[in-house]
Amino acid sequence: MGIVKAKDLTFEYIRRDEEGNVEGITTAVDHVNMDIQPGEFIAILGHNGSGKSTFAKHINALLFPTEGTILVDGLDTSDEDNVMDVRQRAGMVFQNPDNQIICTLVEEEVGFGPENIGVPTEEIWERVAASLKAVGMYQYRKASPNKLSGGQKQRVAIAGIVAMKPKCIILDEPTAMLDPHGRADVMRVLHELNRKEGVTVILITHYMEEVIDADRVFVMDEGKVVMEGTPRQIFSRVEELKQLRLDVPQVTELAYELSRSGVPIRSGILTNQELIDELMKLK
Amino acid sequence: MSIIVDNISYTYEIGTGFEKQALKNVKCVINDGDFIGLIGHTGSGKSTFIQHLNGLVKATSGTIYFNGMDIYDKDFDMKMLRSKVGLVFQYPEHQLFETDIFKDVCFGPKNLGLPKMEVELRAFEALRLVGLDENLYYQSPFDLSGGQKRRVAIAGVLAMRPDVLILDEPTAGLDPKGRDEILDSIKDLKEKTGITVILVSHSMEDVAKYVNRIMVMNDGVLMYDDTPKHIFAGYRELEQIGLAAPQVTYIMNDLKNAGFAVDVNAITVEEARQSILKNLQGIHGKA
Repeated sequence: MGIVKAKDLTFEYIRRDEEGNVEGITTAVDHVNMDIQPGEFIAILGHNGSGKSTFAKHINALLFPTEGTILVDGLDTSDEDNVMDVRQRAGMVFQNPDNQIICTLVEEEVGFGPENIGVPTEEIWERVAASLKAVGMYQYRKASPNKLSGGQKQRVAIAGIVAMKPKCIILDEPTAMLDPHGRADVMRVLHELNRKEGVTVILITHYMEEVIDADRVFVMDEGKVVMEGTPRQIFSRVEELKQLRLDVPQVTELAYELSRSGVPIRSGILTNQELIDELMKLK
Repeated sequence: MSIIVDNISYTYEIGTGFEKQALKNVKCVINDGDFIGLIGHTGSGKSTFIQHLNGLVKATSGTIYFNGMDIYDKDFDMKMLRSKVGLVFQYPEHQLFETDIFKDVCFGPKNLGLPKMEVELRAFEALRLVGLDENLYYQSPFDLSGGQKRRVAIAGVLAMRPDVLILDEPTAGLDPKGRDEILDSIKDLKEKTGITVILVSHSMEDVAKYVNRIMVMNDGVLMYDDTPKHIFAGYRELEQIGLAAPQVTYIMNDLKNAGFAVDVNAITVEEARQSILKNLQGIHGKA
């Protein structure tokens, strides 16, 4: 059974002018179907305003479908009785770490979630230690989150979600504000959680390089899923992606430009090694 | 016209337990017409540094000369400095507040005390410079997309007619197309007006593509100040301080190690493409 299963999920909101009169209805998510299996690493791409964040907020029961359904680990999010269970199973990390950290010590921050759902004290501390180790931040457990770098704060935010023992983590542009090192650290932690703990990861990003190791990629436009496939399938479609205001990793772009200049290179190159192998054949 | 940064240091919260030196003996000259990329890991002092350039933060020691005048001199006109050195903060769209876009852009020049006609002329000019569609001028800024809002915010600063434009991560959170659009319009603006631009960025690819000089900050120290090619040739040193080279530079180094005589100093996709083509033609020319 899928961990996240969206069926014809549609979300509409009413636009109003300053006096509160209805101006029109915007369909932010338009009949999205998605069936994500436990343990998958999923990436969602799409330009600003394509509906990807609105869709993601449904997985965590922050928004509810206007039409259609979304099941998280078999639970219908539209059923009010399920909301707390859904949020425990699917945790969400946002773009700006400063907006989601509230405690004065790293370990308190990570223990905040489990404490709220009534986990016994002893187990809270076990979870805090395990989560901080999983994101490589255990040595900072007594530090103040304010003193950490952006990447470190974001890893603490991820640990706070991990401590809830979720089956699924949704991240909405978690690296947008980070420097290259911080970005690499967050990506490494996500892949480790996915591989070692079997946590399903759903990553929304504008950095194309972060997508190449995903199992599957969904591309959204105007609230709809317009492409779906492996990173290689998706990044073989360079022109279509550019039409959708997206891009490809630099190595893919370079291979594509070389092939347009007449060098026989296959499409969908994702790594430096693949490009080298292709060029070696020409030597 | 230039800004001379003369050995400035800045310490936060002197005398408390939180005392921290954010800038250490920073020295540099920002020349007229420079297009500078300012890079450094989070917390390296980039934002503190740029806030010194328009006098928002005062150095603990050292001084800054704007066109030969010491900005810490008691007779110095700070208001003039703030209009001449325009600072666009991170997520500037959060600072939009007027009922329509045109009014929002007028806000800055209006506060300079200029006549209404001049204010409006400047607002039109600024909106044109950032390439915003004229049909949008009298709409609410809140109905725009993220990239469009950011252009309006930049126009608000341009309407002050600054000589220097400083942008703190102007592309954070934008989709790839929105990122290219903003950077292309900054490049256009620079070519049209000759304005000096300082671009703070975490994207090495963007910096490589647009600027002609890079300043690297690390722990409050201005560590390197050189051309993009020289800076990225030292990518191993950059990695030590939380940074990197553009992806394409790594590709070229990997190719070189695999026996291709390509230019490892290529820092853009176009440079890499040309170098690889030249290399392949060389191979086939011999065969």
